[in-house]
Amino acid sequence: MGRGFSVGISIFLETTRKSVDPVLEQENYCREEEVLMAKHSTPMLDELEKGPWPSFVSDIKQQIEKGKQALKDAPEDLLGVLELSYEDKVTHWKHGGIVGVFGYGGGVIGRYCDQPQKFPGVAHFHTMRVNQPSSKFYKTDFLRQLCALWEKWGSGLTNMHGSTGDIIFLGTTTPNLEQVFYELTHELNQDLGGSGSNLRTPSCCIGRARCQFACYDTQEACHQLTMEYQDELHRPAFPYKFKFKFDGCPNGCVASIARSDMSVIGTWRDNIRIDQNAVKAYVGGEIAPNAGAHAGRDWGKFDIEKEVINLCPTGCMSWDGSKLEINNKECTRCMHCLNVMPQALRVGLDQGASILFGAKAPILEGAQMATLTVPFMKMEPPFEELKELIEKVWDWWMEEGKNRERLGELIQRQTMQKFLQVIEREPDPRMVKEPRSNPYIFWKEEEVEGGWTRDIKAFREKHQR
Amino acid sequence: MPYDPKDPLKDRITDIGPRYYKEFFPPVIEKNYGKWMYHEILEPGVLAHTSETGDKVYTVRVGAARLITIEHIREICDVADKHCGGYLRFTTRNNVEFMVDSKDKVKPLMDDLKSRKFSAGSNKFPIGGTGAGVTNIVHTQGWVHCHTPAIDASGVVKAVMDGLFDEFGSMRLPAPVRVSLACCLNMCGAVHCSDIAILGIHRKPPMVDNEWIDKLCELPLAIAACPTAAIKPAKTESGLKTLDVNHERCMFCGNCFTMCAAMPLADDVGSGVAILVGGKISNRRSMPKFSKVVIPFIPNEPPRWPQTVKAVKNIVDVYSKDAKKYERVGEWAERIGWERFFEKTEIPFSHHLIDDYRFAYTTWRTSTQFKF
Repeated sequence: MGRGFSVGISIFLETTRKSVDPVLEQENYCREEEVLMAKHSTPMLDELEKGPWPSFVSDIKQQIEKGKQALKDAPEDLLGVLELSYEDKVTHWKHGGIVGVFGYGGGVIGRYCDQPQKFPGVAHFHTMRVNQPSSKFYKTDFLRQLCALWEKWGSGLTNMHGSTGDIIFLGTTTPNLEQVFYELTHELNQDLGGSGSNLRTPSCCIGRARCQFACYDTQEACHQLTMEYQDELHRPAFPYKFKFKFDGCPNGCVASIARSDMSVIGTWRDNIRIDQNAVKAYVGGEIAPNAGAHAGRDWGKFDIEKEVINLCPTGCMSWDGSKLEINNKECTRCMHCLNVMPQALRVGLDQGASILFGAKAPILEGAQMATLTVPFMKMEPPFEELKELIEKVWDWWMEEGKNRERLGELIQRQTMQKFLQVIEREPDPRMVKEPRSNPYIFWKEEEVEGGWTRDIKAFREKHQR
Repeated sequence: MPYDPKDPLKDRITDIGPRYYKEFFPPVIEKNYGKWMYHEILEPGVLAHTSETGDKVYTVRVGAARLITIEHIREICDVADKHCGGYLRFTTRNNVEFMVDSKDKVKPLMDDLKSRKFSAGSNKFPIGGTGAGVTNIVHTQGWVHCHTPAIDASGVVKAVMDGLFDEFGSMRLPAPVRVSLACCLNMCGAVHCSDIAILGIHRKPPMVDNEWIDKLCELPLAIAACPTAAIKPAKTESGLKTLDVNHERCMFCGNCFTMCAAMPLADDVGSGVAILVGGKISNRRSMPKFSKVVIPFIPNEPPRWPQTVKAVKNIVDVYSKDAKKYERVGEWAERIGWERFFEKTEIPFSHHLIDDYRFAYTTWRTSTQFKF
């Protein structure tokens, strides 16, 4: 028995009991009995209550103490099974079974404990993915409704948020899945997200809601494409997962370039806007460089030559002591100067996005970064050009992709050239870091004068054997 | 009408998508949408954004465990109701942001956040995660909720963030340091482009549950799942169909286990932590980079993973002392050379760190330029 844990609960009940009415007191008394009966000893997890960073163990214990979740024993049994994993140094969860809500093939991940007798509260412990609103702003009344729903039908445990971006309801039983889904859709006007070989829940950066760098409306793009492709999100028809992510600028706060099959990254084609007076204010030390991001250490006086001009990767900037000049034609929009002097420099006004394809984590052929495919596309609602592009890509991948082959792997297997044909784009040096170094060009017959049919007899008339 | 289990399709609503994000905008965000001019970091964890209209929004960013309860979410709501008109947001890296529309509201909000602790003493709302510091670790499920992990996630993150806590609440590093954790190679956390990645790996080939495998799995799928063709059909002595794994060829990716539950890999001593460094996703100055494996294995050490914490802290400390302003971990390592990286961090270099998978050659040094 975890001593710290039981003492903590006793103290808690002790202090509440003094100030509550007799009915509650009765309830508390019963709860204490139950808590003591069902409790697992968690000496190792108790070690994770120490230290300054928020302790998920303490949080789960407060849910055990105060929570009225439907799966009453789930938080305690979750700590119990986790403690067992801490002893055994291996997981105690089984492969998920096929569970879900009727008509959907995604949004629910089946999960079963491999020690159900010891931990009945988490024997069936399925996850539900709830599609987050673009860039995760919330009103508290909505969050409280979500909490009430998850209290009524689930474990009271969540992830805010999952890696893909969804609100994760962590742990409920099979019969409760439909209950959650019904109330989610009927009362909260809110749908589930994606899982499995589906379109996964799209996500975006904070965009124009609170950032000056966003070169298109990432939130609107994310929302409109999510709505357009609800069928693909909920019903698996793909070879494997497919992710879109929307970054507003090349800083890439939502990491689309590393982890989305289609990465949409805001950019601009014209000139960086310069406020020369503000540049002087940075040089004069009136404004903290990099928005104050380096304030915790004395890096010396701001030196525009050293920190901006000489760090520009293309060397396209100059400073003569009173005026900053940028040769915008040579700029690759890396964002460094804009990040260092946000009050002096602003992104250009001819804004849109670069579209990159094929990023993925290592499983299976190794990690891939997304490849620049469409250098520039205007990005205005309703984003028709982007949708046309996506649908061409999907048609090809659904036709040619092998089971569990990500788009990036298919592009490697069938070549970038083939991919460009599919999406009807002309090759462009912007699509490569450098041209190929091997000369093994797969010439096509129609590219070679006279084709490939030749006469060996005519050859032999001129060349003896 | 409530849900009727006897008639599940009655009044069914599907494919309505998420709620429209603009429903959840605080008034100052709604009014200044697309009009923001610049931002300032007033102190660690506190941002001020200025609009063309002259409006300002002040944001206080706090860390959170990704695994949180509805009791905690309700407390987050209490704070937002009290100080922020009932609005808040979460970031991509599991932080919570509380926004107010005037500067005089910042201090009461911060004081309130600082005062709230869990019963055992940890902070409920540590303020920080901005600028040239360490922000929250994005991570996966681990032993809390997944069948394939090699390590826990939430516990390792708690221990590492306790170790890096001072860097979360300050901005004294040369550049932002993004730490991420994925508890197996599937990397649902996509840690392969992080300044420092903590990755769960297996080191023992799968066991084959001979008596059950043909009942539980589609054998051809498990065979096809293997990237090194190490799995082939076999028969048990009693004549049951099973699979045979060529252990020499196994690279411990776990893809077969993903396809077939009768081939478990996880092991108390076989599974553990690998550390990767030097990745980034930003296009700032240099192009995005993958993280590179610098420590091939650290054993699982629940509950506080001391060697993992020490390894991460060491890399951050050496980087902090040696890198130039604006240099990310990967840019620093490339400038000084990887031979210097191993020398300065005192991390031993072993054969495990030389690539021998696809495109391995692209990472070998084909030059006489090196440092003694």
